[in-house]
Amino acid sequence: MSDITINITDREGVKHEVIAPTDMAVNLMEIVRSYELAEEGTIGVCGGMAMCASCQCYVKSEHKLPELTDDEDAMLAEAFHVEDNSRLGCQIQMSPELNGLEVELAPEM
Amino acid sequence: MIQTDILIIGAGPTGLFTVFEAGLLKLRCHLIDALPQQGGQCSEIYPKKPIYDIPAYPEILAGDLTDKLMEQIKQFEPGFTLGERADTIEKQEDGSFIVTTNKGTKHQAPVVAIAGGLGSFEPRKPPLPNIANFEDKGVEYIIRDPELYRDKKVVIAGGGDSALDWSIFLSDVASEVTLVHRRNEFRGALDSVDKVQELKDAGKINLITPAEIKGILGTDKVTGVSVERKGEEPFTVEADHFIPLFGLSPKLGPIVNWGLEIEKNAIKVNNALDYQTNIPGIYAIGDVNTYPGKLKLILCGFHEATLMCQSAYQLIHPDKKYVMKYTTVGGVEGFDGTKKEAPKAVVKAIN
Repeated sequence: MSDITINITDREGVKHEVIAPTDMAVNLMEIVRSYELAEEGTIGVCGGMAMCASCQCYVKSEHKLPELTDDEDAMLAEAFHVEDNSRLGCQIQMSPELNGLEVELAPEM
Repeated sequence: MIQTDILIIGAGPTGLFTVFEAGLLKLRCHLIDALPQQGGQCSEIYPKKPIYDIPAYPEILAGDLTDKLMEQIKQFEPGFTLGERADTIEKQEDGSFIVTTNKGTKHQAPVVAIAGGLGSFEPRKPPLPNIANFEDKGVEYIIRDPELYRDKKVVIAGGGDSALDWSIFLSDVASEVTLVHRRNEFRGALDSVDKVQELKDAGKINLITPAEIKGILGTDKVTGVSVERKGEEPFTVEADHFIPLFGLSPKLGPIVNWGLEIEKNAIKVNNALDYQTNIPGIYAIGDVNTYPGKLKLILCGFHEATLMCQSAYQLIHPDKKYVMKYTTVGGVEGFDGTKKEAPKAVVKAIN
């Protein structure tokens, strides 16, 4: 499977069902940017290095996600609006296992 | 009043390289940046991260790229106004612009090049409902004068280097220092973490973890903060100052009020020609601009800077025709009197 479906709720509460490729080494933050689900300049500010938390999202489904890296964990410790299900979109690579993933974008920092 | 040929807003890689390209055209540059050092994001956010797509550098650390750019432009003697944010711009009768910073420093130039990247870096403010009411009344996001805190009760929030470093520093200045962090682990330098532990053990820093600030108390000024340890009831910590240190976040800032055409948080430019904005004489280059097909890459910023300088030259010298020369042929003549050029070929005759 090269494409999967991801359900993303934007910062206005609108749900979007989008198609994400799994064979292009893209992450969730890049998917949000490519579908323009958040205003440019408000997401992926650091380019995907887990250094700004602008792509923080809440994971709403039970999918098994990649383990938190130390960088991601440390960034979430500094971010605002953090919940137990918070992750950084830039650290979630698209893979076939994530088909049907449901996430909600955290408020802009 | 600081006067120059091209006033560059932003001292990131694109702004710095503009100095070189302008210098080749004998145009002087002055740069303004809200950060206290050159390099923009490269030095502020990821100085130790490698970049792999700078031509001729298979790998270079972002901080080293800044150093190399500074070395490359040294001979063109750029001026810098650092730690100040470009706030206002006024067009003069002679066509030049006066740009004034938030600290009142005035700069005048016939050409302004905005190379502001993602914008000026502003402190990240915690989402506390009444925090704006206490700004400069006990809430400070940046420590400018440590003496302000002498013999005062200070609460610092955050878990990075700034929070650790200032907690250590102020433990000798303030009457009471409380450091509040959401986790037990800190991501600052290890020796800073050890030092905070030492000061905590000595009773010089009151460390509250894992906890968050939930509110600011006071009427006209800060008198305390409400702190909540995970899973417990909130409690009050008396304070004269609350200093949230959660890093910086880029914002386009006052540039949005300059009358420039903005689209998707970026400045629209004429990319078919010279990266000029809708205001003649003001250019936007690098990550701060947008046009069809725009790519936010450092190398694209370098290209845009190069074309922009040619256009700026014509704007400043409308009667002169500039002929593009290769540096291999023409060399590089600095404003400091130095000249770099290819060695002359040695011709020997054989009798």
